[in-house]
Amino acid sequence: MPDVETTVDVAANDPIMTDAALRPAFFEWLCRLGDNALILGHRTSEWCGHGPVLEEDIALANTALDLIGHTQMWLGLAGELEGEGRDADTLAYLRDAMKFRNILLVELPKGDMAVTMMREFLFDAYHHLLLTWLSSNSSSPRVAEIAAKAVKEVSYHLDRASDIVVRLGDGTAESHRRMQDALELLWPYTGEMFKADEVDERLSDAGVAPDLAQLRGAWETKVRDILEEATLTMPDPAGYAHLGGKQGRHTEHLGFILAEMQFLQRAYPGASW
Amino acid sequence: MSTTLLPTIDEVWSWLAEVPDPEIPVVSVTELGIVRDVRYEHETLVVAVTPTYSGCPATAVIDLMIEDKLREKGVADMRLERRLSPPWTTDWVTKAAREKLKAFGIAPPIDGTASDGMSAKAARLSGQNSLSVACPRCGSVQTERISQFGSTPCKAAWRCKDCLEPFDYFKCI
Repeated sequence: MPDVETTVDVAANDPIMTDAALRPAFFEWLCRLGDNALILGHRTSEWCGHGPVLEEDIALANTALDLIGHTQMWLGLAGELEGEGRDADTLAYLRDAMKFRNILLVELPKGDMAVTMMREFLFDAYHHLLLTWLSSNSSSPRVAEIAAKAVKEVSYHLDRASDIVVRLGDGTAESHRRMQDALELLWPYTGEMFKADEVDERLSDAGVAPDLAQLRGAWETKVRDILEEATLTMPDPAGYAHLGGKQGRHTEHLGFILAEMQFLQRAYPGASW
Repeated sequence: MSTTLLPTIDEVWSWLAEVPDPEIPVVSVTELGIVRDVRYEHETLVVAVTPTYSGCPATAVIDLMIEDKLREKGVADMRLERRLSPPWTTDWVTKAAREKLKAFGIAPPIDGTASDGMSAKAARLSGQNSLSVACPRCGSVQTERISQFGSTPCKAAWRCKDCLEPFDYFKCI
């Protein structure tokens, strides 16, 4: 690799990057964004070579690639902010499960295409809203520029996922049943996206991130519209929510992902090509 | 003065115009609009490059190719800078490059729709043919989208309903 440096002119003018009091919460928050992209990207990549038809296989691989690209930007910024010499690769390959900050939704097994696409839709609808807010409103120029880059790609993800949810939901009796089952399986994991903790509140107070509760309304509207078109029944938005991923309390599934993803760096520390 | 020996900014741009995109070799990195800035910081040549898609694997290869080209031209003191903002858009693909893409069998991005999020979105949602993506082989606009995602992150898979050829469309972003 040639020496590629991140542009410094924007960073130099980013007051949030030099706010020492905010740093621990900001680091946690960047890891949440990076880990959501990383773990969902990894899950999505599991379809590579296994898609039901060639076009879907390619679409999933492309989506996974975009998400891994977002991971590099978010975790790269997290490492830079931390200032202890960890880069995106170090954070991705050398942290243990309890240090991961992704929401539980993205670590669940990929399941069938119904689960994969329903999860992508539920996440993309949130992801698109979040990135849109960040790109135009974040008080951190570094965060805003990453979001502006990522949201263009995520708008394609959301379009495709919405389209497939409608086609499969309003498809055959079998595809409809699978999509409804997937929706009910995944729904209790969507509440975590909007459940703010101290980290979210600090970032929101600093103007870096949105008030998550305020994103919820727009998300429910988008999801309700698509599910209605898909002839699927939306579960109760006020229902039970599984929490903990953002604070590092994960399901048993994450460990298996990390065992696969981190094997090479753990077995051969520092290996590169 | 040693600075008089340094190549001019224009010379550097003309050398960069010789660096092909590794996946679509008929167009250069400058025609794609991904070289954002060339400048000197004292005697160090700084080239700012923006990625097309954030996960595009060609990005690292492009950086290497740019470095190789500049070294071949005798530049020893250089730095490549990754610039994210403003994010790359297909509106920056030059007119000449659009013709080359077409001749290569790739339908070029529809002009202007990328920078206007609303109209691009409307075009996408209102159905495939409203985009009028012309078949690069026979020119027919009786075409249909097979998938929004194609052989590389920047392309979608389309098909011509007249000559029946499948083709890549360089999608707007």
